[in-house]
Amino acid sequence: MNNIFVYCEITEDKTIADVSLELLSKARKLANELKVKLEAIVIGSELKGIEKQLFPYGVDKVHLADDSRLFPYTTLPHATLVINLFRKENPEVALFGATSIGRDLAPRIASAMRCGLTADCTSLEIGDHFENKTQTEYKNLLYQIRPAFGGNIIATIINPETRPQMATVREGVMKKEIYDAAYKGAVEKMDLSVLSDEDFVVQIIERHMEQSKVNIKNAQVIVAGGYGVGSKENFQLLYDLAEVLGAQVGASRAAVDAGYVEHERQIGQTGITVRPKLYIACGISGAVQHRAGMDQSAQIISINTDPNAPINQIADYTIIGSISEVLPRMIKYYKANSK
Amino acid sequence: MSFKIVVLAKQVPDTRNVGKDAMKADGTVNRAALPAIFNPEDLNALELALRIKDKMADCKVVVLTMGPFRAAEIIREAMYRGADGGYLITDRKFAGSDTLATSYAISLAVKKLEPYHLVISGRQAIDGDTAQVGPQTAEKLNIPQITYAEDIIDVSESSITVKRRLERGVEVVKSKLPVAITVHSSAPACRQRVGKLLMKYKHARTVTELQNETKDYTELYSLRPYLQLEEWTVDDLHADVSMLGLSGSPTKVKKIENVVFQAKDSKVLTSSESDIDALMKELLSSHVIG
Repeated sequence: MNNIFVYCEITEDKTIADVSLELLSKARKLANELKVKLEAIVIGSELKGIEKQLFPYGVDKVHLADDSRLFPYTTLPHATLVINLFRKENPEVALFGATSIGRDLAPRIASAMRCGLTADCTSLEIGDHFENKTQTEYKNLLYQIRPAFGGNIIATIINPETRPQMATVREGVMKKEIYDAAYKGAVEKMDLSVLSDEDFVVQIIERHMEQSKVNIKNAQVIVAGGYGVGSKENFQLLYDLAEVLGAQVGASRAAVDAGYVEHERQIGQTGITVRPKLYIACGISGAVQHRAGMDQSAQIISINTDPNAPINQIADYTIIGSISEVLPRMIKYYKANSK
Repeated sequence: MSFKIVVLAKQVPDTRNVGKDAMKADGTVNRAALPAIFNPEDLNALELALRIKDKMADCKVVVLTMGPFRAAEIIREAMYRGADGGYLITDRKFAGSDTLATSYAISLAVKKLEPYHLVISGRQAIDGDTAQVGPQTAEKLNIPQITYAEDIIDVSESSITVKRRLERGVEVVKSKLPVAITVHSSAPACRQRVGKLLMKYKHARTVTELQNETKDYTELYSLRPYLQLEEWTVDDLHADVSMLGLSGSPTKVKKIENVVFQAKDSKVLTSSESDIDALMKELLSSHVIG
């Protein structure tokens, strides 16, 4: 069996993006299960020594393309390099972050490779498959598991015949774990001669990158609001509670779509995945897509006027009431009683 | 030669607000009960296309959609808002297509519309949220792609400048034409229907729709040939059937599970001051907060 490849993204300060390290952590486990090697792809510029950031995650080989034309990311040169590499190496599995870059790049590559691609997986597992129609048994496929149809179903997708088996995963879904701090792999330079002028027809004219103001992913306590919060103004109550608790404010997709709060705060399958000590869900009904991003919270409090809101069923505490009543009472008690 | 923009659009079930009437007794979703709508981000794409048409002396905006016969509804909807015409790709042989097979079919249809300058679509459709068909179609057409467009800054016969909305910032990029663009929901909302266009196009039909009409449209259509919406099958596209439908789709659905909420042992509280105080006291003493 061939190896597992992870496309690694480079941040503005030339470090490997968290989402890529999370993918490597998961991919190392999959590689062990399949008894294959883990290979990383890094494409950018001024990347001297970057492999040192990768080896502790159990990377056996780093494919490196270091050229001033390759950062910031544009689609075509990165696609050309990865497609060329995949044609040569024929990976078993290839993983990408479900980011602005990964969701732009992976489909272009999958189309060229004519292979299957599953977006926004919430879980990746190894398993077998028996195809009744052809009476064929497939061993050790990648199960690509994701919510579908607005989060109302969970689908397990497989690619029995085509390689690589490709998937994208959102930031925060997998856990970043050092595999072995002393792990050593090799570095191999990618073949840049495959690039042509045609790969550079899209030029970046202007670029403004902001450090995210929001750090929900690592927050210990999250106060999250849904459509039931009712308005942008009402969200202020959530910010007030978050401020006294030292918490971060999150939101469901419905609240983001309604314009109550900025997209960076979206929690769920198409947002961020979080695992705080405490998750306070305010006026969130609890679609599976949202739940997929927060159900591993240690404790969940649901505040909802609807006693039958689905989220109440996974909550440790359900408060039946409106946020305009409940949140001020929580703030008041906390201010009076915390040290 | 007029500047031609092909808008890719999809009719989708409205999965955003699955109400109680759309739930079956066993707690699963009754898909048939969900209203069929114009995919939201495809409307943003249509608006950006129409803005280019507003500015250019000679520009044609055509809508291309793939789906069952009823998907012709969104072609008319687009024409009521300013599109010049549309094409429906429809054939049972497309059933079960994943994004790769879909982009193959769409790319063949776009090639039939050559010469074109722009292919523009929503970033993703709300029934799948994959965001794959845009880039995959671009690859099959062998043209560059610009994803997550928020605005068109400038456009000429040979190039386009686009503002992109990224997770952590914005980017302005310039590309030669033709190019495929996918549009982010932060782009301007689509204009409303125009009364005059509604009157002009309300009788626009595909061949299949005409066959099901009781009224005879022959005379009207000879006077106004633009009312005829084209329908393309696998044969019209000269498609390789092995690359379509289930056989052309490398991804297979192994298992579908309906989501059933596993009930936790949840403590139910009221919003009274005493209940809230007791909860906060518990959270503080167990150091979950504070």
